[in-house]
Amino acid sequence: MNPQLFQLICFYGFGFVTVAAALAVITLRNTVHAVLALVLTFFSTACLWMLAEAEFLALALIVVYVGAVMVLFLFVVMMLDIDQEKMREGFVKFLPVGLIVAVVMLVEMLGLIGVRAMHAQFMGANPAAAAGVSNTAWLGRALYTQYLLPFEIAALILTVGVVAAVALTLRQRTDARHESASQQVSVNPRDRVRIVKMAAERPAEPSPVPPQESQP
Amino acid sequence: MITLAHYIVLGAVLFCIAVAGLFINRKNVIVLLMSIELMLLAVNTNFVAFSRFLGDVSGQVFVFFILTVAAAEAAIGLAILVLLFRNRSTINIADIDSMKG
Repeated sequence: MNPQLFQLICFYGFGFVTVAAALAVITLRNTVHAVLALVLTFFSTACLWMLAEAEFLALALIVVYVGAVMVLFLFVVMMLDIDQEKMREGFVKFLPVGLIVAVVMLVEMLGLIGVRAMHAQFMGANPAAAAGVSNTAWLGRALYTQYLLPFEIAALILTVGVVAAVALTLRQRTDARHESASQQVSVNPRDRVRIVKMAAERPAEPSPVPPQESQP
Repeated sequence: MITLAHYIVLGAVLFCIAVAGLFINRKNVIVLLMSIELMLLAVNTNFVAFSRFLGDVSGQVFVFFILTVAAAEAAIGLAILVLLFRNRSTINIADIDSMKG
C-alpha cells in the first residue's frame, strides 16, 4: 500500500477516536467514565502527534498527562462523594445553547482559517530529519539554548504549583493524635527529669521501744 | 496525504466540543476542568501541526511550556476543588455563590 495513503487512513482512524472520546467526555453521566474517556482522547491525540513526527511531545503527553494528571483527576473524582443525578440538572436545558454556540464557532473558525487554502499545504520533509538529528535532539537544542530562561521559569512554575497544592490541602486536624517531631527533638532532659541530691543512707535513729510483751 | 488542513480542522472540532462541554455541564466543576484540558489539547495540536508544516521548532517548544503550565494548573485546580468539597460538601457551581458575583 502507498505509505502516504496509509498515513491518511491512520489519521482518520485516530482522529475519529479522538473526536468520539471527546464527545464522550462531555456527555457521559458517570464522572469516572468521563475521566477514562479523556484518557482515551489524550492517547489518540498522542498518536496523531506521532503521525506529525513530534515524537518527544507525543510521549511526553502520554507520560505527563495520562500518567500523572489523569491519575490525579481519577483520585479526586473517586475521593469526592458526588451526587451524579444532581450534577446532571440543566443538562437538557443548556444542550441547545451549547450546541448552537459550538456549531457557530466551528463554522466561523473553519471559514476564517480558510481550509481550502491550507489544503494545498502538504506535509513536507521532517525538519528535524532535514537537520540530521532526531526530534528530541532538535527540540532539546532549541530548549537549552534559545529558550533556556523560559525553561527555568517553567521549572519554577512547577515548584510553585507543588507548594501551592500542598499548602492548600494541608490541614492540622484537631481530632487526631499526632506527635510533633520538632518538639520531640528539641526536648531538654532537664525539663523532664529532676535530679535530687540526697545522702545514700538515712542517719541512724534511736530504735523505738519494743512493745511490752504480756507475760502469761 | 495528510495536509495542514486536516490537523487544523481536528483542532477546531476538539475546541468546539470543549466549548459545548463548558455550556452543557454547568454544574460539575470536574467536567469543566476536563473541558479546559480538552481546549488546551486542541491548541497544542494546532501548534504541533504548524511546527511540523513550517519547519519551525518554536511551536513544539511552546507546546512543551503549555503542557508544563497545564499540569500545574490541574494540580492547583484539583487542590482547590478538594478544599471546596471539604468546606462546602458540594462541587455544584450553583451552590458556590458566596461572593454574589
